[in-house]
Amino acid sequence: MQGSLVGVQGNIQRRQFWSAVFAIAGLLVLLVAIIVLLALILQLAIQGVPRLSWAFLTSFPSSNAEQAGILSALVGTGLVMLVTAFAAIPVGIASGIYLEEYARKNWIASLIEINVTNLAGVPSIVYGLLAMGLFKYAFQLGESVLTAGLTLALLILPVVIVTTREALRSVPSGLREAAYALGASKWQMVWDHILPYASGSILTGIIIGLSRAIGETAPLITIGALTFISFLPPSPFKSDFPFLSFDWLRSPFTVMPIQMFNWVSRPEPEFQLNAAAAGVILVALTLLMNGLAIYLRYRFRKGVKW
Amino acid sequence: MFYRDVWVVCLTMVDQPLVISAKSSFYQKKRHRDLRQRLIETLLFLAALSSVLTTIAIMVLLVTESLPLFQKVSIVEFLTGREWAPLFDPPRYGILPLVCGTFVTSMVALCVAIPMGTIAAIYLSEFAAPKLREVAKPILEVLAGIPTVVYGYFALLFVTPVLQILYNPLGEKLSEWLPDLFPYELDGFNMLGPGIVMGIMITPTISSISEDAMRAVPVELREGSYATGATRFQTAWKVVFPAAISGIIASYILGISRAVGETMIVAVAAGLQPTLTLNPLRPAATITTYIVQVSLGDTPHGTIGYQTIFAAGLTLVLLTLFFNVIGYFLSRRFRETY
Repeated sequence: MQGSLVGVQGNIQRRQFWSAVFAIAGLLVLLVAIIVLLALILQLAIQGVPRLSWAFLTSFPSSNAEQAGILSALVGTGLVMLVTAFAAIPVGIASGIYLEEYARKNWIASLIEINVTNLAGVPSIVYGLLAMGLFKYAFQLGESVLTAGLTLALLILPVVIVTTREALRSVPSGLREAAYALGASKWQMVWDHILPYASGSILTGIIIGLSRAIGETAPLITIGALTFISFLPPSPFKSDFPFLSFDWLRSPFTVMPIQMFNWVSRPEPEFQLNAAAAGVILVALTLLMNGLAIYLRYRFRKGVKW
Repeated sequence: MFYRDVWVVCLTMVDQPLVISAKSSFYQKKRHRDLRQRLIETLLFLAALSSVLTTIAIMVLLVTESLPLFQKVSIVEFLTGREWAPLFDPPRYGILPLVCGTFVTSMVALCVAIPMGTIAAIYLSEFAAPKLREVAKPILEVLAGIPTVVYGYFALLFVTPVLQILYNPLGEKLSEWLPDLFPYELDGFNMLGPGIVMGIMITPTISSISEDAMRAVPVELREGSYATGATRFQTAWKVVFPAAISGIIASYILGISRAVGETMIVAVAAGLQPTLTLNPLRPAATITTYIVQVSLGDTPHGTIGYQTIFAAGLTLVLLTLFFNVIGYFLSRRFRETY
């Protein structure tokens, strides 16, 4: 009796010991993740921050590392993101609404669904090949801001679609029934009642998608983004009617990650300092967007009680 | 049906009768509204269809643009040739070295990402206090959101130098003993560094999907396990993990796809020379690196370079498709429903 009790205690202790070991292993893994993140940020900051200056932000690339800047890359990133947002947001939200609210349970709907899941797993460089064959050569859009924006839009479309669907799904069906009961049509129900409630989560998804697009390099290399651009695209505003110009859509461009890739792949250490400085700005941008998305999600989750 | 409605509505809009009875006005409104509904639904459907069109366009383009290459080179030569030098004279079209590079870097990445991702997922889902989880998840998310070119920089200028400091003293001795396996010094470009960094980049993907799968396991299963006297670890490993295995496999497959398709990290830090080697200590090009390398130069439509990058892209897509299909069947085979 006594002996078997000791045996049971030993058994419990042994099992609790392994449980504790695993808990420590889990903490260690999280710690490694944090350390890597810190090492990455510190390495970038130590190398890059001394190079950061107003002149760095407002100069064009140069063959002289000290005079080189990222003006054309910053403007390029902004313009490309503009095109991406204009293309991906409406199409993504519309697809999400269709799949979640309209689609009947038939083979077309399930085909689209499987397809969206698969597209999310297609390597980004393959989108670059698609853009090269389709936008650049078949549609003759050239190596332009428009081509780049559309490519990145295709790339983040699955992200937008999936988050839109999740957001719509989380709105309780009582709201839909109430809208129908008051005589609303399907579209009135979706547009006036469901979308406003889902908009917070959809916005989060859009921000995450765009932050992914900002850092995306490979597909833009394939379509032939230039790395040495010492001019800005034509201004979208002009002095005479209709005051807006779309010439910038056809302009050649460079973006932040490509500029950074160009600098990091040079052997001279001075250029690698420039790469670090560009990396600081790139990481700051994505951290900012991710942080905003996390904050928004937190706020909307807290605010909504069904 | 649809077009007739359009026509009717156009007519009614153009010449509104002067006197409208209440009833016909009601029907007109209804018809107008039905038409609007159908128009909206069609537009939404077209938007949803765009993703299918993207897939079709990808497949059609990859096949048609690489077809001219396969008229010149037999598929057998393409798949089994041991040398990849399509732009040299005489050209060699064996994709094996590139596939090998992709395989080695992905293996290194998975050796890091699968254990780390799984442990993190189990820990966050079964062990961690809610407060810790609230802090840890955003950190992992941020880690997943950092641009890959920044990771490439990190692999080239931080991880590889650290590895060199660790390896080089060993390398001096090991290279005397097994010179084929161990280089005297770790090259500035190698597959180990970028592989490790890639693994860290993929870890959050694996951990967040696996964690979702584990949290979806009903709490009764855990309670049953605790009631029989199991510890947290036993419950997590022997009850929750097997119950969630379908979702966990899906996360591994997504991790593999991301590793195989990852471009910038290897393009920056793994070297550009196609080499047939399984040794992660050596530099080698991957399928994706080759595409980047060629498209950095000028690739006019229809040239050999142009055709080979589409052939490489096709290989890449078929590889990821292969893993996705395997994953689909595996996760269906092991799916548990409650």
